[in-house]
Amino acid sequence: MNMTTNDYIVQVEDLYYRYDKENVLENINISIQKGSFLAIVGPNGSGKSTLLKLMLGLIKPQKGSISLFGQDISRFREQHKIGFVSQKANSFNTGFPATVFEVVASGLTKKLGLFQFLRKSDHEKIKQAIESVGMEQFLDRNIGELSGGQQQRVFIARALVSEPELLILDEPTVGVDAKNVNSFYEMLDSLNKEKGITLLLVTHDIGTISDKVTNVACLNKNMHFHGSAEEFEQLKINEVSEIYGHDVHVLTHDHHHHHHEEAHIHD
Amino acid sequence: MISGLLQYEFLQNAFLTGMIIGVIAPLLGVFIVVRRLSLIADALSHVTLAGIAASLLLEKKFMLFSGLNPLYMGMAFSVGGSLFIEKLRTVYKHYQELAIPIILSGGIGLGVIFISLADGFNTDLFSYLFGSVSAVSRADLWTILIISILVIAVVVSLYKELFLLSFDEEYARATGIAAKSLHFIFIVMVALVIAASMRIVGILLVSSLMTLPVAASIRFAKGFKQTIFFSILFGEISVLGGLFLSYYLDLAPGGTIVMIAVLILVLAIWYKKQAAARSI
Repeated sequence: MNMTTNDYIVQVEDLYYRYDKENVLENINISIQKGSFLAIVGPNGSGKSTLLKLMLGLIKPQKGSISLFGQDISRFREQHKIGFVSQKANSFNTGFPATVFEVVASGLTKKLGLFQFLRKSDHEKIKQAIESVGMEQFLDRNIGELSGGQQQRVFIARALVSEPELLILDEPTVGVDAKNVNSFYEMLDSLNKEKGITLLLVTHDIGTISDKVTNVACLNKNMHFHGSAEEFEQLKINEVSEIYGHDVHVLTHDHHHHHHEEAHIHD
Repeated sequence: MISGLLQYEFLQNAFLTGMIIGVIAPLLGVFIVVRRLSLIADALSHVTLAGIAASLLLEKKFMLFSGLNPLYMGMAFSVGGSLFIEKLRTVYKHYQELAIPIILSGGIGLGVIFISLADGFNTDLFSYLFGSVSAVSRADLWTILIISILVIAVVVSLYKELFLLSFDEEYARATGIAAKSLHFIFIVMVALVIAASMRIVGILLVSSLMTLPVAASIRFAKGFKQTIFFSILFGEISVLGGLFLSYYLDLAPGGTIVMIAVLILVLAIWYKKQAAARSI
């Protein structure tokens, strides 16, 4: 039993979240194995962002448990182990006068702690994080001068600089040009394989899920599928579209009749 | 002027105070502008006016308060107003900017009542509204110096937290930064700096010293630290140039300081346009 808890970076059990008397998430079970690259897909309003907020400890569930790195979330204090890249569009002011270096450096804020300043070794770390997302030639550019995709890379570097073991990305390909999505996934793949960073990616766009992903979970209030990428491919196409149909035909479907499928990530 | 500076204590007070607020007002101003809170400075300056008026009223009506420096009560009102703004911002979650006109008009209303109750003041209220070269006392200078040391120490030691909170509040919260306490500390500092700057620039123009140098600086600065550097530089030029002009031309320094800041802003916009045209 202990062996498995160490293997799993995130374990969510029987999670329920209610907002305004309505269940946003029901009976969610999900586990993320160390070193995996999990994509959670679901239509808009399926509760994806809520699930992320719960995992980050920004909101508390009414029922169920979340453990991070084998510790219950209420006792978890090693936030620097988790890097978070939010949907960039709604969270920052593009006219903000900060260079790429300064933005990435801000990722060390919590890890360094209060009343601490950047040391020389931190400068190296910041440069390495910027290099690992291929943005080294933009070090002294203001963040607002970059394209959407470049900004997204900078935010990933900001998350990477504290050397997280788990990187959570919320709709990372929104605002990235279609032609750059592939190279974006290449970069994520190298973070996953070369640096051994566990990745959790959340997206509404099933078409952008790349073959680099190792595991897939389909979410629409309930967890409809949770298994390996191969198993996901074998899912009949109409099953997937059924999950997606929910936001369109929400009144005609009864969510409770969908039984929960649980597939193990590894055998 | 130089001989005057050596000769007259009031001139020394004014110039030293000016040099100090030329640093702290734009320093906090950078954070205010990037967080889109520019109008908060305006609201708080009007609350400060109410505090000054209350203090002058007490001084006039009761002997007991005759020695009270109006600066202290102005500060107390300003800090109180800042806390009230924070409260209102949580009450009106979806209309956060509402807090500003509420506090601003409340401050003016209260100030006007105190002024009319006092039936006019012996002290020149004009100097509080538009600043004065001659009104800064040694006691004011010391108070302002202490506040500045405090503010600079807090900004330097909490720099990376304040930067992150300003740049991306959601991310700051997600990484476990105590955003609420930090914001509280910040707004109290703003209140103190406004009260401190008021002697020189005047209540009505205090907010411009916090915003105009920053507005000029973000036109061309690369990065946040450079923005701070240029904001302080422009703040100093405005304050010292403005005091110099006001002394020689016998004008209220608030006006000359702000007009120099506006001139710098216009030059910065023009410079940026030229630079953009050349790069094409």
